[in-house]
Amino acid sequence: MVNVLNAARELMYREALNEALKEEMDRDDKVFIMGEGIAERGGSYKVTEGLLEQFGSKRVFDTPISENGFTGAGVGAALTGMRPVVEILFVDFTMLILDQLINQAAKFRFMSGNTARVPMVLRTQGGVGNGLAAQHSQSLEAIFYHIPGLKLVMPSTPFDAKGLLKAAIRCDDPVIFIEHKLLYMNKGEVPEEEYIIPLGQADIKKEGKDLTIIAWSGMVPKVMEAAEILMKEGINAEVIDPRSLVPLDKMTIINSVKKTEHVLIVQEAVRRGGVGSDISSIIQEEAFDYLDSPVKILGGLNIPCPFNLNLEKMVVPQVEDIVRAAKEVVYSE
Amino acid sequence: MVSLYTTMYKIRNFEEQAIKLYRQGHIRGYFHPYLGEEAIATGVCAAMDGKDYITSTHRGHGHCLAWGADLKIMFAELLGKENGYCKGLGGSMHIADYTKNNLGANGIVGSGVPIAVGAALGISIRKEKQMVSTFVSDGGSNIGSFLEGLNLAAAWKLPVLFVIENNQYAVSTRIEDSTAETELYKRGIGFGLESVRLDGNDVLEVHKIAKSFIERCKNGEGPFLMECVTFRKSGHHVNDPGLYLPKEKVDYYKLHDPLLIGKKHLIELAGLSEIDIVEIEKVAMAEIKAAIDFAIKSPEMSEENFLKFVEEY
Repeated sequence: MVNVLNAARELMYREALNEALKEEMDRDDKVFIMGEGIAERGGSYKVTEGLLEQFGSKRVFDTPISENGFTGAGVGAALTGMRPVVEILFVDFTMLILDQLINQAAKFRFMSGNTARVPMVLRTQGGVGNGLAAQHSQSLEAIFYHIPGLKLVMPSTPFDAKGLLKAAIRCDDPVIFIEHKLLYMNKGEVPEEEYIIPLGQADIKKEGKDLTIIAWSGMVPKVMEAAEILMKEGINAEVIDPRSLVPLDKMTIINSVKKTEHVLIVQEAVRRGGVGSDISSIIQEEAFDYLDSPVKILGGLNIPCPFNLNLEKMVVPQVEDIVRAAKEVVYSE
Repeated sequence: MVSLYTTMYKIRNFEEQAIKLYRQGHIRGYFHPYLGEEAIATGVCAAMDGKDYITSTHRGHGHCLAWGADLKIMFAELLGKENGYCKGLGGSMHIADYTKNNLGANGIVGSGVPIAVGAALGISIRKEKQMVSTFVSDGGSNIGSFLEGLNLAAAWKLPVLFVIENNQYAVSTRIEDSTAETELYKRGIGFGLESVRLDGNDVLEVHKIAKSFIERCKNGEGPFLMECVTFRKSGHHVNDPGLYLPKEKVDYYKLHDPLLIGKKHLIELAGLSEIDIVEIEKVAMAEIKAAIDFAIKSPEMSEENFLKFVEEY
């Protein structure tokens, strides 16, 4: 099910995000964006390039380095009718804003008895890059996944990035939108016409019958590469990208498991306490009888990320690790 | 002045009655009384209009009532009833009324401040003539959220009035042990805000200064900060007897009480008699009693309604 409306032009992931912001700001003057170096500089990854010129400094502006403060300002603006898109430079820095996200944004709707809504998008980026070391390389989605009241989106392609960011901006609840720093320059087809991808719809990136591989964000291109290698070796893997982890499209996952009877979950985040563990437990609860072998999770090592590039490669799953793990799952009987 | 006094009287007696209900087991959980600080919420909120916004604190009943909350719905929320402000899902520390621009009490000290700044940011983007008052305590003035919020509001010239309720204690820790600069209005000056320190127990003084700052906020001159010096007449919460509060302070503030000062103003400035005041108090008390009755008789959310409520989560 490749989502292509009209076989179309190619855009980079960062350009697709930029287009989503532009279209939504154009459509709704309640949408505004703030973050560190996002206005004149256009953001570290050029996602917000050109928006200041088009929408002016009232709706596109830089913040001081006070993440908790300006995220809280986003929450307050959202509570009072605006639709802020707040950018946090690195997911690592979201550790500074957990009060405003977890104690505030995630709670208001519930604890007000549904009278408050917080339609805020928090855009950030994570994952291992090229030697950014332990404080700029983390995958922290499990923290947000754990918190009721937050939605969590992690797109892997330009097409998904654009359609999901538009849906996130229109969502009436806080959405944590985590991009991957190695994906910004990746190209993919993005149609000219407007489209939206609803949150909670997984995408089958490749159909197959022998094994279900579940992966998201930066792991998807690696899994796709691994799937090609596996194909040559006689294993036809189905690749599922949940795209949004909250809400999670359980149905697509379970249906695939029922078909392939083998599951590998690949996550870049450290193995311990990750989203993969929860997806695995859902599969075992809902499709245990269909499984031919135990669900396997391939995750990052339970250590901080090293600076040295060769060592960095060792701590997160690589293509050859995925191929090896897939074979273990399929041939385990 | 009559309405200022009435509001303070209602806040005082709402809380004293609520404490009784707490002791009787009608109210559970945490409950942080605003006793002794009534003049601040009253003076500030009376200078605002309904299109403006407030954010409150964990000690928030006074702000809600001064903002015009309905006593019946307030009590219903404290008792955890379905017709309370938050359907009984929020309770004392989370009372809010988003339909009337009360952005709520907050269980996390200082966290309402950035939220207030955000509401003001929205106002500034929409170019509207509104403003936001954010209440914070002396304890809250030490947390990053407050300091970041001050800086953001000042850097972006937002229509925010920061109201520090300096009740001299953070839970049980004296302000002198919390900070080397106990005149907290100076924090505002440090960030470039026009800031003043005043007697937070004199409702007329609070009101006068708030009124001027609020008008100036709406003329685009904000933000401003006012440090209202006051004293918490009780412990940190209803189960804290506050034994650490020194006797000389307790005695001083027994006389320097916002309601006594307010009563003096009523007699000296508004020309009311003791009998007039008793009459005002009688009417307010009857309203409080009726509200308690309403709340006690109100139903809690049923399991069925709760499951329906959480379906979307």
